[in-house]
This record gives sequence, C-alpha cells and structure tokens, in this order.
Amino acid sequence: MTRGRAPVPWWLPVPAVLGGLFVVVPVLAMVGRVDWGSFGALVTSPASLSALGLSLGTAAAATGIAFVLGYPLAVLFARSTSRWVGVARALVLLPLVLPPVVGGLALLAAFGRLGVVGAFLDDHGLRIAFTTTAVVIAQTFVAMPFLVTSIEGALRVGGERFERVAATLGAGPTRTFLTVTTPRVLPGILSGLVLCFARAIGEFGATLTFAGSLQGVTRTLPLEIYLQREIDPDTAVALALVLVVVALVVIGASAIRTRAVVA
Amino acid sequence: MTTHKRNATLLFAAAALTAIGLAGCSTNGSAGTAESTATSGTASATTGPTGTITVLAAASLQQTFTTLGEQYEDAHPGTSITFSFAGSSDLVTQIRNGAPADVFAAADEANMDKIVKTDVAPGSPKDFATNVLEIAVAPGNPKKITDLDDLTSSDVQLVTCAAPVPCGAATAEVEQATGIDLKPVSEEQSVTDVLGKVESGQADAGLVYVTDVKGADGKVDGVPFDASSKAVNTYPIGVLKDAANPDLAAAFTAYVRSDAGQKVLAAAGFGAP
Repeated sequence: MTRGRAPVPWWLPVPAVLGGLFVVVPVLAMVGRVDWGSFGALVTSPASLSALGLSLGTAAAATGIAFVLGYPLAVLFARSTSRWVGVARALVLLPLVLPPVVGGLALLAAFGRLGVVGAFLDDHGLRIAFTTTAVVIAQTFVAMPFLVTSIEGALRVGGERFERVAATLGAGPTRTFLTVTTPRVLPGILSGLVLCFARAIGEFGATLTFAGSLQGVTRTLPLEIYLQREIDPDTAVALALVLVVVALVVIGASAIRTRAVVA
Repeated sequence: MTTHKRNATLLFAAAALTAIGLAGCSTNGSAGTAESTATSGTASATTGPTGTITVLAAASLQQTFTTLGEQYEDAHPGTSITFSFAGSSDLVTQIRNGAPADVFAAADEANMDKIVKTDVAPGSPKDFATNVLEIAVAPGNPKKITDLDDLTSSDVQLVTCAAPVPCGAATAEVEQATGIDLKPVSEEQSVTDVLGKVESGQADAGLVYVTDVKGADGKVDGVPFDASSKAVNTYPIGVLKDAANPDLAAAFTAYVRSDAGQKVLAAAGFGAP
C-alpha cells in the first residue's frame, strides 16, 4: 500500500502528534478523575439511567428523521445543476456554523408556543414545548447537516456513470435510485448516520434553550452532566465517561461495518 | 483505497464532534459569564487604597455590582475594579482552580461555605443582601395567577429551577413549608433560563427571584406570594486569601455593605441582610 504514496515532509509528524495529543490528553485526564469506587453506583442511579435511555432514544429518532429528510436533500444537492443549489446548500448547512443556543432560539421562533408553526399546532391541541418531541427536533436541526454533507460528498465522488448506464438499460429513476445509487453510496450513508448520531447525542445548547430540562422527558445525558456538575462533579465526570464510551462504541461499530461494505 | 481513507477521516471527525459536544457543555455553561471593566479617568492623591482588583460575583449581581464598581471608582480616583459574573458554583470552581481574584460575592451561603476554610481570608465573609422568590408571569398576567396554589393548575405551564442550583433549593424549601407539590414542565439549570422561558412565552409562570423580575424591565410581571419568606437567600461577600490587593478588596467589600451600597442593592429589589 505504501508503495504508491507520496512522501510527507519530515517535520509533518511534529504538529500532527501535537494535534492528536491536544484531543486525547483532556479526555484521558478526565478519565483519570473518575472515582472508580463509586462509578457503578453513580452511573446506575435512576437519574443517570433515565438520561442515558432518553439520549439514546432521541438521538436514534433524530438520526432516523435526518436520514429520511436529509438523504433526498443530499441527492438533489449532488445532482442538481441549478445555480441556486449553492444558496440552498448554504442555508441548509447553517446549523453547522450556528452556535447551538442560536439554533435553539430559532427553533423557539418557529416551533415555540408563540412561534409561527408552534402557535398553529398549539391551537390544534399539539403541544411541542417541553416534550421529548422538542428534544428530537432540536437534535435533528443541529445534526442533519452532517448527514447531508457526508452523503453529498460520497455522491459526488461516485459520479453518475452507473446511473446513466442503468437508465439506458431501461431502469426507471426510482429503481436506479434504490438499486444503483443507494448501494454505491452506502459507506457515505453509514458515515453520515454515525456523524449525525454522534452530534445528536452530544446536543446541549439547542435542547436547553428550546426543550427545557425534566428528568425522563427532556433531560438528556449532556443536560444531566451539566446539572450534576453544580453539586457533584464526580457524577458529572462518571456520566461524561459514559457518553465517551457510547460515542466510541458507535464509531467503532460503524468502522467495522464500513470496512465490510468497502471490502 | 480512497473511499476507505475518506471514511476513516469521517470517523475521526465523528470522534472529534463528540468531543465538541462535550466541550459544548462547558462553553454554553459560561455563556452567562460576562466581564465588564470600568477604569477611572484621572488618578490623583487619595487617602484610600489604590490599584486594581478583580471581583468574582454571582450572575444575579451583574447590574448592581457594575453600578457599585463605577460609583466606587468615581469616588476613589486611582482605583480600577474588574468584574467577572457567572453562576456561584462556576465561580467556586474557578477559585478552587486558582483563578486570580480578590473578592468573591456568592448568591447563597452554601457556595461560600464550600471555600470559606480554604480560600477566603479570615474575618471574611460577611452577608450583604437577601433575595426572595417571586412568581414571574407574562405581562398583564393572562392566567390570573395570584398565589402559589394557582401554579398547580393543569392549565398552567410552570417552570422552576432544578433542585441542585440555589433558586431550585429555595423552591424546594417553599414547597416543603407550604405542603404544595409543584409539578413543573421543566426544571432549568439557572434562574435566567427560567426567566427566559417565561419571557419567550414558552411557559406561563416561573419561580425566580424578585430582583430578576425587576431586572427584566417589564418583559415579565411579578406576583409576590407569602410563603416566599420561608426561603430567604442570603448573599455573602468575602476577601480571598490570595488577593493581590487585599486593602482595596476590603475597602470595596465595605463599600458594598455601606449605606451607599445598600441603596443601590435595595433599588434593584434586594433585601437588607
């Protein structure tokens, strides 16, 4: 494999290693602060388990919604030749650069009780404020752009040759989409889902601003960590470690899946 | 293979993102932190101590302490007082981790007690103000809330502070004293979050401090209730052991507790200690 690779400058590993340490050292330092004697009791308390369950459930739901809405968006972005696509893409990817708190304020303006959509729903007996639905909305809002960029990148790299061939062989657009395009960008889809899930499970600012915080309803793991930090840093650190482990498991599992698909 | 390599990059990005998510907690946590500096124009001969001090003060003191700092600087040329405002427990963490500061003003005694033996100069701290809860409602009080009982109505979306933060502890004390079991739709991390939920119309009512209602400038109305006297928050101020300028620190602390200082605090709704 190394035979075909271009050589890298001799000094490159220095900043590269520093960059790696910069990320790894704080996480390891946090692990060093975990009080292992009480770790089990801290992470299995009812509040912790309820926060973990809520986080996994809402992040999975947000990832699912982001896929259903975001995959078609990515296909349009990759295939459309309209000059407005650039503008549309910039708008849809806005949550990537917005501070999550600002995202929360925007969601309030739209889906809040006095918001444009929220007031309409409220009149029809559908209340979003302070429900688990609000958490999923906040997570989908901030996480979907990751899925869209990831899949769009895979679509662009893949090109359209196979789709054209499929069309000449008589396959309709829907069949081509499902049996040619989708299998070919599956690695990109998986990466996108992982990124999306990871961002959703770490969501804090928009949730706090938009959804509120109540055990079992809206208080996800990051919110529980932030709250516990007020009284009991030990619990906060223990829960933070749980979040790190969840993230590593998701990333590790998808790495195996991706490799299998690529090979 | 390039596909494989790109995926590895994406996966690494995913790991980094999770770290960002975690870091986001602390970044957002300090969003309430604000610093303000005011330096007096001319330095002339004065009898009192001169120089610079840094005051760490609870977020609820932002308006009053900024005013007090400016007043003190105007009256004592050659002094400069810098503030850092944040939640009391955040400030305690900062002090424990060696943040350079001269004075600490907390929103409750519990937070001051955490560091009183280790980081506060002997003889300090002293109480300088009190604060009680009030019901914050939308302007005009559309839900006609007049007392704590009204908050238990299923028609009212109530928001309170979570028990671990000072305003939540006060809420729990009121519940215990009255026997009223409040069922909030959300337990927020800070009193400003509660206020925000009422201001934005997400919630119908919230339990906040009297001074928060006054500071909201008409964006919410306050409904006082009798049982608020069951949970009075006392604010202590103390000179820190590692103060770089202990003389000015002591002088400013005394100014906060003086008649002039108390007048500013009273105007903002604080009670006398």
